[in-house]
Amino acid sequence: MAENDVVVIAERVVGSHPDVTFELLGKAKEIASALGGEVHCLVVGSPEGHECLGAADHLHLVEGEHLWPYNPHAWESAISALLSQLKPRLVLASTGTVGIDLCGALAAQSGSMLASYVVDLSVEGASLMAVAQLYGGKLMAECDLGEGPAFVTAIPGSFAGHAARVDGVADATSHSHDGADARMRHVALTEPEKTGVDITSEELLVSVGRGIGSQSNIDLAQELAEVLGAGLSASRPVIDQGWLPKAHQVGKSGKKVKPKIYLALGISGAPEHLEGMRQAELIIACNTDATAPIFEVAHYGTTADLFDLVPEILDLIGG
Amino acid sequence: MKIVVAMRQIADLVEELEVDASGADIDREFVKFVSNEWDEAALEEALCLKEAHGGEVVVVGVDDVDFDQTLFGALAKGADRAVKLSCGFEGWMPTAVRAELLARWLKDESFDLVLTGVQAADDLDGQLAGVLGARLGLPHAAVVVGLEPDGDGFKVTQELGGGVTLTSHATGPLVLGIQAARQAPRYVPISRIRQAMSAGGIEELEVEAPTARAPKVTRLFAPEAKGRAEMLGDKPSEVAARIVELIRAKGISVS
Ligand SMILES: Cc1cc2nc3c(=O)[nH]c(=O)nc-3n(C[C@H](O)[C@H](O)[C@H](O)COP(=O)(O)OP(=O)(O)OC[C@H]3O[C@@H](n4cnc5c(N)ncnc54)[C@H](O)[C@@H]3O)c2cc1C
Repeated sequence: MAENDVVVIAERVVGSHPDVTFELLGKAKEIASALGGEVHCLVVGSPEGHECLGAADHLHLVEGEHLWPYNPHAWESAISALLSQLKPRLVLASTGTVGIDLCGALAAQSGSMLASYVVDLSVEGASLMAVAQLYGGKLMAECDLGEGPAFVTAIPGSFAGHAARVDGVADATSHSHDGADARMRHVALTEPEKTGVDITSEELLVSVGRGIGSQSNIDLAQELAEVLGAGLSASRPVIDQGWLPKAHQVGKSGKKVKPKIYLALGISGAPEHLEGMRQAELIIACNTDATAPIFEVAHYGTTADLFDLVPEILDLIGG
Repeated sequence: MKIVVAMRQIADLVEELEVDASGADIDREFVKFVSNEWDEAALEEALCLKEAHGGEVVVVGVDDVDFDQTLFGALAKGADRAVKLSCGFEGWMPTAVRAELLARWLKDESFDLVLTGVQAADDLDGQLAGVLGARLGLPHAAVVVGLEPDGDGFKVTQELGGGVTLTSHATGPLVLGIQAARQAPRYVPISRIRQAMSAGGIEELEVEAPTARAPKVTRLFAPEAKGRAEMLGDKPSEVAARIVELIRAKGISVS
């Protein structure tokens, strides 16, 4: 029955279908089977590469003017139109571009509940229960989404039950959507500038966060990186302050890195940062706050002050 | 150009966060509250737009702990008006509720842009820009890193992740969730904030209690310490020695 169905919004806006879509499909299958419903996957804009989404029971390919390249306003109206036909119990997206851009609005329009930053989701009795990561990862909130329709945006990497990239889709339907008004139109899609800096190829990364305090202190981290033969990377605030160029950013809107060792100095470990570095082989974190979430993913940690620690390392190997 | 900036307070994440006796909210008696950093980016972008193109910047928000400080800070930085909506709401405020209160006030205002932070650390039920955009029936976009007037509307640049950006032309009014302003938020000396405080100037409006629904938080808790780091202590010289050992153990040669 439709009212027990689960919809996954495929979040391909550039490149190929991202891993998170398959994590969502895996979770959708689990929830749909608990509810006795089916899994629908919505592919908006370009149908390219949809063949690997065979884990869904139904695939909906929505094409039309303004839908490709990604246009948030047009996507919202296309998805909204389709959801009002499908009337699912649950809509799953990620806390990526599409989830942040659209799910709040789609949920508000349809009077549905919404939980964001979700890392776990289950059916309990007639209710959907979600666990979300709040306060930059410092606290978890368990919440009841009730018995009605709901939206959930999940943090990439949270759902273990990855659905396979399955070729061949049993039931694919094409939809056309031209209802978009002209209030938002595409101008340009821009790839990141090639700068010669490639933090993804480093074996060892010295990574600095807002705890570094000022632009002039970057020199200290730079010196450590040079002495260790390491790359220098940073969290988003360091980039937004203009202390290092964008090519050095690790995280959701920066680079995903997998070095042998990631030395995090003065980084709190917000979910958007962890997205970019939790795959590192060995994570060592220095943060004066013993409750900083970075210690949840780090293998080794210290609450020493980075301004005391870094000179000691330099003393040991620099001389 | 008239720009409304929606701002709010949030628990200071640098401090330890305690859960209160109900087990479902932070302990608001003890936690320190600060202005949401992304709202500060939204304010900065608004002030830069005003400086470059003229216009008016109005800051608005729902009353909360120390919110006056944020509003006076905004006035000191150059905002033209500061509006505080009060309805006696206590505890965690869902985005749906905040959006309802702001939308009611905005319905009687004219504006070209509403800017707010891309997120806040406790916006469990969604990021404000989208929810507010839907409430007002206006186009909206999140993760905005670039904004310029452009003909009959604005050029809006959003991050799509991995360094890819999308630029669209949109005709206003628009609601935008700002990720980063064109420059880091400006610093304003305490003396200027004091001046703003003594000049007063916050417009306080009593508003009707909200009705919007939101998920019910049943439990708030610190993450279970399953993957917790092995702590190397806090004596810098010893920690430094261990770190160098760990690096060498990975086969990375350091002199
Ligand atoms: C859509 C979106 C995308 C995002 N993308 C990214 C991204 O790609 N990358 C990213 O990093 N963030 C990203 N963010 C931002 C993210 O939410 C956090 O704001 C950011 O990661 C915090 O950076 P930080 O840890 O350096 O700063 P903070 O959270 O301020 O942490 C600083 C830490 O330094 C510690 N500290 C201070 N002084 C010292 C000292 N002397 N010695 C040791 N420790 C000290 C403090 O205890 C604190 O924990 C994104 C956010 C959004 C909404």
